[in-house]
Amino acid sequence: MKYLKQLLIILGISFLGELLKYFLPLPIPASIYGMVILFALLLSGALPLSAVRETGNLLVAVMPVMFIPAGVGLMASWDILRPLLLPVGVITVAVLVIVMAVSGLTAQHILLHSSPKEGARHE
Amino acid sequence: MNELFLSSMYAGTVLSLAAYMVGVWLKKQFRSPLLNPLLVAILITIAVLLAGRVNYEVYDASAKTLSWFLTPATVCLAIPLYENFRLLLKHLQAVLLGIVSGVFTSLVSVLALSAVMHLSHQEYVTMLPKSITTAIGMGVSQELGGHVTITVATIVITGVLGNMLAEPLFRLFRITEPIAKGVALGTAAHAIGTAKAMELGEVEGAMGSLSIAVAGILTVCLSPVFAAIL
Repeated sequence: MKYLKQLLIILGISFLGELLKYFLPLPIPASIYGMVILFALLLSGALPLSAVRETGNLLVAVMPVMFIPAGVGLMASWDILRPLLLPVGVITVAVLVIVMAVSGLTAQHILLHSSPKEGARHE
Repeated sequence: MNELFLSSMYAGTVLSLAAYMVGVWLKKQFRSPLLNPLLVAILITIAVLLAGRVNYEVYDASAKTLSWFLTPATVCLAIPLYENFRLLLKHLQAVLLGIVSGVFTSLVSVLALSAVMHLSHQEYVTMLPKSITTAIGMGVSQELGGHVTITVATIVITGVLGNMLAEPLFRLFRITEPIAKGVALGTAAHAIGTAKAMELGEVEGAMGSLSIAVAGILTVCLSPVFAAIL
């Protein structure tokens, strides 16, 4: 029963996200509305973590398989992708390297220079 | 085989899950980051469908159950965000600015490269959410009118490459702080990159999963603005 109850709460919040999207049609996916709702409920203490923990962690853990149908969709859009392989490939690799460097170095710079009392992590 | 798939409610789901298990097994056998189970599952499924002459739409109808769980699973990304919230508050400035700078860099560099390479508006918005997690990126691409399947492919490949290249890149850029590594992986390479962060350590993993959610939400908010530019 615990799993059913947790699933009901998670699906209920997903539905709330859809409702919010219906009344507030910003270019934001319904799932993000739902994620913010769940986060707010957890943070405010209105919903204890135990009300969603096991089922929620299971869903997050098996999430990769949910992308298979969308990924397989590549076979249907191959004709669109083929002439774009070079630009898409260049953007994919270049942006990855740049973003990794910028976000990592920014975080590291602030960690090492803003609060010296937290800098004791180096052995 | 098209007929068989047409009359089945489970064929697509079973094929997808079995292909994923093959991917998991291959990864265990060879321990190569190239053998990402999702990537392997997509390739095997495509190969089987092509060999059996099954249409994508027919496969998709019998695999929809898998996609159906995507929204509730994305909602549940709030759980790791909540669990790591204290760590975020403790290093608020470093973590937030790390993620924000990464998200801006991603959007600006996709914009710049798309302009240089003369991509159309639709092709450009297809690439905009390429750094964030598939669940959120698919939604962004759809909202902006991109090719969702190409978005998914670039997101998955970004993640796999991030997973593979993380350690050499950290050496190259001299990123040594665990928190910075986690933020970089979660922001640049979402969930598949965060899998590498979890291998590196607990702090890296926690920061990675937190960055996935924050970078995803930031991108959702900023990408309509960027979509209006080109």
